[in-house]
Amino acid sequence: MNTATRAATLRDPAWAGRVWWCSVALVLLWPLAVATEFRPWVLFEPSNMKISARFIASFFPPVLNGEFLALVAREAWRTVAIATAGLSLALVLAIPLTLLSTSALSVSALSGRMAPGPFWFRQVLRWLLIVLRSVPELVWALVFVRVVGLGPTAGVLAIALTYGGMLGKVYGEILESGEAHPTQTLMRNGSGRLQALFYGLLPQNAAELSSYTVYRWECAIRSSVVLGFVGAGGLGQQLDNSMKMFNGGEVATMLLVFMALVALADRVSASLRKALG
Amino acid sequence: MTPQAANKPYKLPPPLFSARCSACWFTAAVVLLVTASFWTLNLQWAEFFSLDAARSMGRFLAEFFPPDLSPAFLSRVGWATLETLAMSALGTLMAAVAGLALALPASRLNPGSQAGPSAWARAPTRLLLNALRSIPELVWAALLLISAGLGPMAGTLALALHTTGVLGRLFAESVENAPAGPAQALRTQGIGPLRIFLYATLPQVLPQLLSYTLYRWENNIRAAAVLGVVGAGGLGQLLSFHMGLFHMGKTCTILGAMLLLVALVDALSHGARRVLTR
Repeated sequence: MNTATRAATLRDPAWAGRVWWCSVALVLLWPLAVATEFRPWVLFEPSNMKISARFIASFFPPVLNGEFLALVAREAWRTVAIATAGLSLALVLAIPLTLLSTSALSVSALSGRMAPGPFWFRQVLRWLLIVLRSVPELVWALVFVRVVGLGPTAGVLAIALTYGGMLGKVYGEILESGEAHPTQTLMRNGSGRLQALFYGLLPQNAAELSSYTVYRWECAIRSSVVLGFVGAGGLGQQLDNSMKMFNGGEVATMLLVFMALVALADRVSASLRKALG
Repeated sequence: MTPQAANKPYKLPPPLFSARCSACWFTAAVVLLVTASFWTLNLQWAEFFSLDAARSMGRFLAEFFPPDLSPAFLSRVGWATLETLAMSALGTLMAAVAGLALALPASRLNPGSQAGPSAWARAPTRLLLNALRSIPELVWAALLLISAGLGPMAGTLALALHTTGVLGRLFAESVENAPAGPAQALRTQGIGPLRIFLYATLPQVLPQLLSYTLYRWENNIRAAAVLGVVGAGGLGQLLSFHMGLFHMGKTCTILGAMLLLVALVDALSHGARRVLTR
């Protein structure tokens, strides 16, 4: 068999279509690249290359003297502390809002539709949770830095508000997705809402609720680093300072510490969630 | 005679305060962590809840109104919103391509055999993906500002780098979990690894890859909206600029646009998911 017929028999029937769609995609990409001022060759201009190379070269060796390491350790602890304090305030916000807004604890819904009063009350609380959740924590932090000044208070408040909304919404979903029968039976037989919660809803959902909370704690550690960049304290603020001073060695140390911190939180949260079942 | 159970209980729960009771240790650790956090942070609650702070908070909030709704400024906010969307789309697209390219060396393509063509590259690629993933977009953006300069390109590259780490790991997992039959059939015919991937593995995992990519795009729109506060373009850059100059009316408009964008993306993805899973 000569090569021409061999090529003809092996021809891919979908080839033309693929080429066509790829070229259409490239044409559509053009406006995106213009809108984002995407000019990768800027990265490789000699003057830019020199600055980048100097900055990256200054990463080695990382700064490892005792004084700086103590500072980094203190800031890393502050990062964890901001996340933990923020999450505990978020719980203070989320738990009452969940209990007030979940339809699993509605007495009037036991017989057909929920009464309009309680329905709208729950709906308004749900909207409140959605609003709290949908403002990014960085924006809350920017606002609170203006009000309470630089420092961890802004970070704690930002995490508390955003995570309060997230936890409240997801807690409500978890409570409503579980088996409703035990709770309804308790309430039908005259127990109060709190009793129905403690003996019907919580026993079956406690594991899921706590494992979600641990997962959120892990996320809060990650976002508390980011909040430092707008002045809310912790590792992020130090990282921002060192970057502004072009101190590559300090940046390298802090990035390594940050990666270790995230990996540690990841490990701890995974094992806790496994233990919680 | 003490009453006895008909059947002996299979296993008693450990006594509440015994040292083996892991729940006690867990609770104690949580209480300790929370107390230590509040103790060491010396939060300024007194200043925050004082009358003075309430007054300054009120004044601060009052300055937000009325929002600046002049057509010239609205069109600037509109352009910044489009820039945010373009940043997230381009960043996600680059990440999808790079993530797929890195997912191949990171995954065990030939199940059962340790000595695949990519066996030596697996560990370093996974390490690279983990490193890309564990540094948040905002930190990448702040790092990239030095070489890419202020503007949306730094933000796009930052989104692309972080998302490459996330998508690469997800893609590697779905490539590994694809049914091995079709690939094995081609392999026994003596077909090379590239064509095995293109004609057997990729068609099977493509829907999953697409859904991961769309999910990350949704996340990236949210991230791109705030990424600009370090100077990396989009709505965030406009926000930090006007907030820095205390243009509170304009800040209010930008915040509104941000919330609208996030709410719109949420609603669209919720609706799309409901339509697709029905």
